[in-house]
Formats: sequence, C-alpha cells, structure tokens
Amino acid sequence: MLTLQEKKEIEELLPNYPTRQAAGIDALVILQRHRGWISDETLGEAAEFLKMTPAELDSVATFYNLIFRKPVGRHVILVCDSVSCWVMGYDPVLDYLKKNLGIGFGETTTDGRFTLLPHVCLGACDKAPAIMIDDDLHVELDPAKIDHILSLYS
Amino acid sequence: MLERPLTQNIIPGTPPLSLAEYEKRGGYQAAHRALTAMGPKEIVAVVKASNLRGRGGAGFPTAQKWSFVPMGADAPRPKYLVVNADEMEPATFKDRLLLEGDPHQLIEGVIISACAIEAEIAYIFLRKTYTIAARRILTAIAEAYEKGYLGKNIFGSGFNLSLHLHESAGRYICGEETALLNALEGKRANPRNKPPFPPVVGLWGKPTVTNNVETICNIPHIIKNGAAWFRALSLVPDGGTKIYGASGKVRRPGAWEMPLGTTIREIIEEHAGGMRDGLHLRAVLPGGASTDLLTADHLDVKMDFNAMQAAGSRLGTGTMVVIDDRTCIVGLVLNLMQFFAQESCGWCTPCREGLPWTAKLLAAIEQGQGLPEDIERLKLQTRLLSSGHTFCALAPGAMEPLQSALKYFEDDFHRHIKERRCPWK
Ligand SMILES: Cc1cc2nc3c(=O)[nH]c(=O)nc-3n(C[C@H](O)[C@H](O)[C@H](O)COP(=O)(O)O)c2cc1C
Ligand code: SF4
Ligand code: FES
Repeated sequence: MLTLQEKKEIEELLPNYPTRQAAGIDALVILQRHRGWISDETLGEAAEFLKMTPAELDSVATFYNLIFRKPVGRHVILVCDSVSCWVMGYDPVLDYLKKNLGIGFGETTTDGRFTLLPHVCLGACDKAPAIMIDDDLHVELDPAKIDHILSLYS
Repeated sequence: MLERPLTQNIIPGTPPLSLAEYEKRGGYQAAHRALTAMGPKEIVAVVKASNLRGRGGAGFPTAQKWSFVPMGADAPRPKYLVVNADEMEPATFKDRLLLEGDPHQLIEGVIISACAIEAEIAYIFLRKTYTIAARRILTAIAEAYEKGYLGKNIFGSGFNLSLHLHESAGRYICGEETALLNALEGKRANPRNKPPFPPVVGLWGKPTVTNNVETICNIPHIIKNGAAWFRALSLVPDGGTKIYGASGKVRRPGAWEMPLGTTIREIIEEHAGGMRDGLHLRAVLPGGASTDLLTADHLDVKMDFNAMQAAGSRLGTGTMVVIDDRTCIVGLVLNLMQFFAQESCGWCTPCREGLPWTAKLLAAIEQGQGLPEDIERLKLQTRLLSSGHTFCALAPGAMEPLQSALKYFEDDFHRHIKERRCPWK
C-alpha cells in the first residue's frame, strides 16, 4: 500500500500533466526517495495508483539509470566515467573507493551504507574528476579527499 | 568591456538573484513589453532578425522553428513549450551555469517564448543530478507565480501560462527532442518518427516547441535590446554570445561567455590559461561527445556554426575537451563509444548492436589485441552508422569522434595493433 504521504506527494504533481501516466517517473522517484528502491511490489502499487499495467510502468522504470529496481545502500555513490573525468584520470579515485569500501560497481557494502555505480557526465567537467553522493556533488577529487567525504554519510 | 548578457547576474558560488533583485537589474521588463506591447508576431519577427540559432547542438534558427507552430483561434490547444535542460552530453556543463546562476532569466525567457507561439503550458525538462538547479528553479517558479508573472492574465495581457519543472531520471536519449516528448508523456523514451515534426504534432499530439536552456535565456535580452544589438554581440552573422567551456588538462578549466565566433585558440590560450606545464595540445573535442575531433592545425577556427562545419566538425554544445599529448586518442574514443553504447535506447538495430560492437573492437585495439583489418572494420562502421542509417542522431553522433580520430590519428591505431599494447600507458 502506498502511504498517505506518498500518495499526497504524487497527487500534488498530477495537475502538472493531462494524464496520470505522465506522472509515472515522478511517482517512481517519490517512492524511491521513501523506500530506497523500487521493488516489484512497489512497482505494482504505483502502477495501480496511476491506472497503468505493471508491465507498462516497468518498461519506463527499467529505462532510466537512476530508478533502482534492486536494493541499494543508504547512500548511492555515482562515479562519473565520462570523457573529461577520464582525461583527468578518475581511475585512482575509483580504485580508492573500491578498495576502501570493498565493493565494485553495482555492489553494496555489507553494512548497507554505500552502493557504488558508474554514471555519465555529471556536468562538472571543468572540475573533474567528479562524483555524486545522494544529492551532493563532489569535485576536483583525488584519493586523499575521499575518506573525509565518505565520513559525511553515515 | 565585452557585453555578457547571459551571465551578467551570475557569480559562481553565490546564490542566484531573487525575483525582486532580478527586477531591480531590469529583469521582467522584456517580458512585460513582449506581452503587453508586442504580441507573438512581433516577438517572432525580432527573434528572426536577431539571427539567433539554437544552442542545443544542431543550431536550428529559433524563430524559424517557432514559425512552424499553428497560430490563431483554430490552432490545436493546448500548445506546449519545453525547455531542454537534460544536458547529459559528456563534456557539457554550460546549461548548469545558467540554471543554477540565474533561474529568473530562464523563466523570463520562457514567458516570452511561450507567448511567441501562444503556448499555455511550459515544462522545464531537467536531468535528475542537477539537484541545486532543481531547488533554485522551484523557488524562482514559486516567486514568479506569487508575483503573477506566471498563471492567469500575466501583466494584464490576457496571456495565461503555467510552468512546471519535470525532473528526469537519467538517460541521455531523453535530450533528443522527440524522445523527450515520450519521456514527458510517461512513456519509454524512444525517439519518434519525423514527420510529423513536434512544432505541429508534439506533446499529447499538440504543437510543441523544444528549445535549449541557453537559447531561451537569450530571448529576454533580444527583446529588451533589439535584434541589431544582438547581432552586434557576435563576430559572425549568427547573433549573440556563446557560453564556451574547456575541460581537460588546461591550466584553468571553466566556462565563459564570449562573442559567438571566438576562436578555439583564444578560448584555450586566453581563458583556459593554455596547457598545463609540459603538455602539448594534440586534439580538441570541440562541442561535446558527438562532435568530430579537430587538431592543433585548427586552433584559429572560429567556434561558430558555419566555421566549425567548414572545418569538418560542429559547434555542438560549445564546451570543448582539450586533449594533450599524453592522452591516448584510442582510449578517448573508446571511452566515448562505451558511453554511446550504454545510452543507446535500443530502438533500432544498427545502433543497438553496432555501438557495443564498435566499442568492443576499440577495447581490443586499446588492450593490444587488435588486428590490422580492424581499422577498415571501424571505417566501415562509421559509414554504416552515419546519418540516415539509424532512427535518430545518437548513433551518427557517436561516429563523429571515431571517424575524425581515424582521419587525423590513424597512426595511433596502427601503433596499438603493431606494438600489441597502448603506447600511451
Ligand atoms: C541523443 C541526443 C541528445 C540530445 N541532448 C540534448 C540536451 O541534453 N539538451 C539540448 O538542449 N539538446 C539536446 N539535443 C538536441 C535536441 O534534440 C534539440 O535539437 C534541441 O533541444 C533543440 O533546441 P534548440 O533549437 O534551442 O537548439 C540532443 C539530441 C540528441 C540526438
Ligand atoms: S539511433 Fe540509437 S538512440 Fe537513436 S533510436 Fe536508434 S537505437 Fe535509439
Ligand atoms: S565528464 Fe565527468 S563531469 Fe563531465
């Protein structure tokens, strides 16, 4: 069941569009914010609320890089692997993250704190290498800065 | 002092102007005049005379796009204006500057542009990772509604406009105009067939114009200062300034507003501070991931639509990656190809199958496992995936850096194959 709060947040956006279906992405983002990820159950509930079939909504959900159809940690780290960050050398940053967290791309730390994902250009190319953790951008990175940054996320 | 209308209110690191502050600097006067004294025909005429071409990559003349929209009492309604703020093209960070730095400038541009096509609903389509921009835009939209600059009967002109922020969930193809329409409708974001073109049949079948953030931000200044002023900002016949950017191993990477037609050399040497110590420039990826590489021989080319095309590339987004002599061109093209392969929407076979295959070939060469015949295979691939062979422009865009790398740096590919390793590692 969608909670009252979740329903309220989705309903607030419905007037922005002429159809309920159009609010699909917004609804998934809202539910993901509350629940961390989109389980099959969540997807089904959202589809029902939007008067769509689960298959229809899933074809949208699975299209996007930032809708998580598998569980993720409390914090998601997006590492930019696009061209400017590649030129500036994101490998040392990525290697340090992998070693420090003991995980590779697509994995979550055993304590459920972090999930590590590659992501396309974060639009911070002049301050490469760049990563995002949750809603926060971190730029001009080198391995020496990582410990402190990670300590901000419990 | 050069005029920098787009960034005049932007001080990076400080919050953007509130509505009141923006008005104090002359903001919303253009929208007021456009709605109360000009009306659609005159707005389109001034924008046409300004020679503004779209800043989203393709350089389509803005007023011409607007003029395809059916007008008057019989036009299908509602009509829509969409601001393309997806900015997921690798190496591009210019719209972020405008979105975070001066959201009211964008909103004022939206009001005028919507009036020009008599659109009553507008969306800002924003990528999800631009979280600061999202907060600032929402604040600015709320302020504009409160003041009556959005909503019903704006400036008492009888013109109504609602503006909504739509946050996407991260997929490069959503930036493609027709895929964006499907995304907004809540459908899988595959591109649509053209024709019909969106200005005639767009969102929910209704006329829809999509413009880039930087394009829209120019509109208030054109209306306020006139077409001749706008043309005079530029060094070439196409009007205006351009936000240029440079990333890579230059001394001062960044983004700067300059006259359209500034040379690559001036951007790199004067604004980006030249190459870092000990490095030499070998190539420039001039306007994002889907533009042809240029070389040190092209530094005096003007960064505008026509000159870049004549030089064998495109202005694209105008944000360049400067590539130094210690960076491997094959590795660079591989990185770009992996991006395009991942972001292919999967709709048409040449792109869905061809891009991963091309990326695999490049990976093999980069890792020292390439075969001499692979170079011809890559060249064939650039022809098979060129414009006209795929459903949208993503795959042809992916071929641009590859074909130019093969044109200017074929020897780098041969060396990888002959030496069975990457000579730059
Ligand atoms: C794969 C692909 C991605 C695109 N991404 C963007 C984008 O993020 N932002 C943008 O303004 N235009 C993007 N475009 C160009 C748009 O299709 C469209 O031409 C542009 O938004 C029109 O705006 P303009 O006329 O103001 O230039 C993309 C095109 C393609 C083929
Ligand atoms: S060219 Fe690629 S991105 Fe474009 S429609 Fe075909 S598969 Fe999709
Ligand atoms: S390439 Fe990494 S932020 Fe743009």
